[in-house]
Amino acid sequence: MVKSPRSRLGSRRVRTAWLFLLPMLLILALVAGWPLVRTIGFGFTDAQLMNLSAARFVGFENYLDYYQGEWYGLLADPDWWNAVWNTVRFALISVSLETVLGLIIALVLNASFKGRAWVRAAVLIPWAIPTIVSAKMWGWMLHDQFGIVNHLLLSIGLISAPLAWTASPDLAMSAVIMVDVWKTTPFMALLILAALQMLPTDCYEAARVDGVHPVKVFFKVTLPLIKPALLVAVIFRLLDALRIFDLIYVLTSNSRDTMSMSVYARQQLVDFQDVGYGSAASTLLFFIVALCTLLYLMLGRVRFDGER
Amino acid sequence: MKRIGSQVGFYLLVALIIGYAVFPFYYAFITSFKTGSALFSVNFFPLHWQWDNYRSVFGEQPFARNILNSLGVSAAVVALSLFFGLTAAFALSRVQFRGRGLLLLTILSVSMFPQVAVLSGLFELIRALGLYNNLFSLVISYLIFTLPFTVWVLTTFMRDLPKELEEAAIMDGASPWDIVIKVFLPLMWPALVSTGLLAFIAAWNEFLFALTFTLTDTQRTVPVAIALISGASQFELPWGNIMAASIIVTLPLVVLVLIFQHRIVSGLTAGAVKG
Repeated sequence: MVKSPRSRLGSRRVRTAWLFLLPMLLILALVAGWPLVRTIGFGFTDAQLMNLSAARFVGFENYLDYYQGEWYGLLADPDWWNAVWNTVRFALISVSLETVLGLIIALVLNASFKGRAWVRAAVLIPWAIPTIVSAKMWGWMLHDQFGIVNHLLLSIGLISAPLAWTASPDLAMSAVIMVDVWKTTPFMALLILAALQMLPTDCYEAARVDGVHPVKVFFKVTLPLIKPALLVAVIFRLLDALRIFDLIYVLTSNSRDTMSMSVYARQQLVDFQDVGYGSAASTLLFFIVALCTLLYLMLGRVRFDGER
Repeated sequence: MKRIGSQVGFYLLVALIIGYAVFPFYYAFITSFKTGSALFSVNFFPLHWQWDNYRSVFGEQPFARNILNSLGVSAAVVALSLFFGLTAAFALSRVQFRGRGLLLLTILSVSMFPQVAVLSGLFELIRALGLYNNLFSLVISYLIFTLPFTVWVLTTFMRDLPKELEEAAIMDGASPWDIVIKVFLPLMWPALVSTGLLAFIAAWNEFLFALTFTLTDTQRTVPVAIALISGASQFELPWGNIMAASIIVTLPLVVLVLIFQHRIVSGLTAGAVKG
């Protein structure tokens, strides 16, 4: 069968497309695909960091193992479950706070007033600052003896003695959440702002003419309209929060009270040199995040076919 | 009367937002000029301008070298991401082929990877390539998070460009490569600036890979150098130095944000809202 010139042209175009895609795909396969496969593989071995090639296959021992009447492995490790619980708690609380604060900031930025561009730039600063730097800046502000936060709280009489924000078991997680909320609220606010700016203005005109109270307008009109965008932003942030590493590592180091799944996995991998066990933990984290990503893609109802 | 009241309330809210966003940065700024016992008293305004901390940051460790490392790594990451992102975006946005949707989905999901999930595999790869404690290890590993994002944003941007542009070029017998470089590239500058800036900031701020794949002081990037600044003992952190170093690495970012805020915002929202 003779192909028409048009479809010959088309198939040549498709070949060219793959040629253009190939370098990018090879890079991603090399730096993401292959390492991920290896990590999952290491999870089933007893590999040590300094001698990876001597790894032996141990089956599911890193995950769960029964030996002389005792359970071993990740799923029986209270420290792992502590890390899971810390991460989930951190993610839920900080993302909720960020959503509320982000909404408020977005609503303010959506109003037109003098100097709005400057306010938006100011709000972007926490987002642009390296996480390490924000952890250090806040670490200094939250310093138990010389920190400005304790100084202020003492001087207005809210507390009677300085608090050890980053060291005390009860407060360390609050400190982490506080810094994360400061750092990532701008991102949330900007995403919500983008959604707000795409809203049609006519229903607001109608509501104003009818004299509907602004608070009612917000809950009856604005919120339902931006809900899809809000949902996407929330899940985006949740995925990010589940893999948190640097803020916790720098602000509270390897403290058990704040240890996240990523911090736990890296501690096993690098500090304890136990690549097998650490990889198993990384693999579990990967599947948790993958599950949430699927949820995100389904909820976001993103269209991937290219036509809109 | 009520109108004025709500006006005042609104501007108070605006002031509160600005204060909340900027104060930690401001406080680090004034702390960076304090030395000795002045560090241990709380002030809201700078009392004197002492540059000692800035001098000792550069004197006590190879901080200038760390800044150059960060600059070099980030620039290389931006260049590679933009180049491979642009060619891939052309294929993904302008050509119809089977499996395109699935491919985009896979690329997007790579950007959701928890970095620690590839850590041990990447560590093995980097050692096998002989790149441990070498800045190239950071350049290639950072592509994990910059490349998917770049491909995604450039694809959504290129998809919206009119078909006629390309058709005219094809009639003239231009090769696909010519079309990308001569037809699309000149139109893509806004999107390239947005994604380039975001990739730069992401690479500049990265910590986990830089901490794990480099070992010696001279190979470190800025975030690792700052995290590892330590004093005589664990309880005597040189806060003045840390704040001075923080200000040095943050100031360029603040300037970038002030100049390019529109481009950054549009890049951020294109990556998430459209995606």
